[in-house]
Amino acid sequence: MANLIETEEERMLAGAARRFLDDLAPVSHLRQMRDRMQTHDPDLWYQMSAMGWAGVLVPEQAGGDDMGFSAAMVIAHELGKTLVISPFLSTSVIAATALRQVSGSQATEALASIASGGITYALAIDEGAKFAPEASQLRARRDGNGYVLDGQKTFVVDGSFADRLLVLARTDNGQTLFDLDAERPGIRRDRMKTIDSRDAATIRFDGVRADFDNVLGHFDDAMTVLAPAIRAGQAALAAEMSGLAAAAFGMTVGYLKERRQFGVAIGSFQALQHRAAILWSELELTASAILNAGRMLDQDLDNAQLAVSLAKARATATAKLAVAEAVQMHGGIGMTDAFDIGFYMKRARVSAEWLGDYSYHAEQIAQLRGI
Amino acid sequence: MLIDQQDTEAFRLELRQWLAANCPAEMRDGARDETAACWGGRSWQFSSEAQKTWLERMIGQGLTTPTWPREYGGGGLERAREKVFFEEMAAIGARLPLVSFGIWMLGPALLKFGTDEQKRTYLPPIVRGEIRWCQGYSEPGAGSDLASVATRAEDRGDHYLVNGQKIWTSYADKADWIFALVRTDQEAPKHKGISFLLIDMQTKGVSTRPIRLISGASVFCETFFDDVEVPKANVVGVVNQGWDIAKYLLTHEREMISAGAAGLTGGRSIAQVLASQDSRLTDATLRARALECEIDGLAFGLTLERYKDQAAAGQAVGDASAMLKYMGCELNQRRHELLMGMAGMAALEWDGDHDSLPADWLRSRANSIEGGTSEVMLGIIAKRVLGLPG
Repeated sequence: MANLIETEEERMLAGAARRFLDDLAPVSHLRQMRDRMQTHDPDLWYQMSAMGWAGVLVPEQAGGDDMGFSAAMVIAHELGKTLVISPFLSTSVIAATALRQVSGSQATEALASIASGGITYALAIDEGAKFAPEASQLRARRDGNGYVLDGQKTFVVDGSFADRLLVLARTDNGQTLFDLDAERPGIRRDRMKTIDSRDAATIRFDGVRADFDNVLGHFDDAMTVLAPAIRAGQAALAAEMSGLAAAAFGMTVGYLKERRQFGVAIGSFQALQHRAAILWSELELTASAILNAGRMLDQDLDNAQLAVSLAKARATATAKLAVAEAVQMHGGIGMTDAFDIGFYMKRARVSAEWLGDYSYHAEQIAQLRGI
Repeated sequence: MLIDQQDTEAFRLELRQWLAANCPAEMRDGARDETAACWGGRSWQFSSEAQKTWLERMIGQGLTTPTWPREYGGGGLERAREKVFFEEMAAIGARLPLVSFGIWMLGPALLKFGTDEQKRTYLPPIVRGEIRWCQGYSEPGAGSDLASVATRAEDRGDHYLVNGQKIWTSYADKADWIFALVRTDQEAPKHKGISFLLIDMQTKGVSTRPIRLISGASVFCETFFDDVEVPKANVVGVVNQGWDIAKYLLTHEREMISAGAAGLTGGRSIAQVLASQDSRLTDATLRARALECEIDGLAFGLTLERYKDQAAAGQAVGDASAMLKYMGCELNQRRHELLMGMAGMAALEWDGDHDSLPADWLRSRANSIEGGTSEVMLGIIAKRVLGLPG
């Protein structure tokens, strides 16, 4: 079993990320973007790319830093603490992992563009209310020298601004993954007004033409490329959620020490102490699952689903508990929009659904464990 | 000896070969429950020739206490080789050759607080399973307020005269010696007048009586001291500073209870139970609860590993072990409720004296009381880990 302590390198990466994000993307940055109805900050992404984050999973020969999944999860954890909105998960984790599964100069060029911050990606899988890649119905039929796509994708995170789309389509004998320019004729993107202000879009495909070389991986076989990409995305999202939960917890403990009622700090009340202690215990268990998922992905990407689903399930449950407890222990002020905790609660709900909710991952675990 | 091999991977290969050749087949059933284990001691009756052979062979390799210093008969293994040791043992389902409170609790306390002579006297018999120890902490009426120890040890010049009563002393009726908290200063504040004393159970005036629990026959006893004379050299550490040792040992106890509760040293996970019955859960509500329990159990198991890794890297776990105790026990109780539900009416029969699922289920209710209640653990986390006031 891999060692589950954070390495010195990981601690340094987390520290550098924290300083950078506290400076450029504190929660007030999200608040500003929300107030301006803005869901993407190209300047911030450019600077994150300059930190090497855009290319965290891009091979060195394609200009990336190739730091591995554990490192990507350390960055995601820090992003989660201040609810940073960025294309990091969609582009640098999911798309980069998908592109790494295929060989050829086209993929290498795309990876290089990701590393430089030159292009952004969004993953278009879902069509219904729940994450269910197998149920995807959008059709791609053969037509002359290519394919024609018809159908609709919902809740495409980062979909309103992404330069390119990874689109899961039903084909003759299976499913196929397409890598398309988001501006192709026939694509219509409508931005959703999400509760957490993260970017998402509903995307219509009406007779959208795709070429043979738009197929990522093999025809009728999307999952060889897509499954590892989704797995990496789930792990990074879980890490982001654990960062979110840790930050909500930190705010809460801080408040328990400073807020006074009946002449004493409210943190001296046993009822609140026990709530806080239980929450911290849950955070500790989830932290272990997150660390383990990173180690397992780095060790064996193809066989890490149990570790990843465990991390996403635990992170989902813990984030939900952390924000609910945070609002409860803050009292009335926790319900006000002027106070930040509400942003954490909203993000936790959106992240709970993206890439599979608690039940979805529990079912993966059930299948793998024989329950 | 195997432990002379310093290279981790070479050690793994040598150990694997040695285990294949030396671990008797009967000792490879993966049994982790207390009744299957060898506890050692003067009156120990081996359950089989294999149990005896297994113990002797492991003693010969220093592997009954793999991490203890070699000068006392231990293996001197650092964390990397210790991990290898447990991985290879688990790979063939090998039983631990010896379990005891001497290994889990007194040994670590002596290694930290004992004199050289005490270490030389008491550690090797623990390593070889010759002396069985029990723990004398709790007293009637003390409960969570452990430091209100009333058993008194009066200074009579060359010895102490001990009078009082302990309760919840596991296996006291089978133990050779007891390590006990006794009050050596009646006047001092309650934490300042306690000493850590080693007492031979064969001394005149020591007697025990087993306690029957809601789960039936139990390993717990009441232990009585009536004018028991104990040599002064049997105090571990400094007189009246026994509370420091007690606190140190409580940390070990918490880790032990939580490790057991995780299904790592006792009991099986829900997935393992289902696999052994070649069945799947069909009732939707039960299955959903079982899954949540399995998920939390997996995350807890990883946390135990992470804390061990931290401790091995020199990052003290300290008061955070209260979390292991709290979470491990809550999980074990949830797991037992589910196992009872899974078994249904088939689990409603028992004889009250032998291990059975209903007995385990009832026994699990004590997990959140013994070794510090769940509420005490949450208080420790709140005050000492989170720094909350009061």
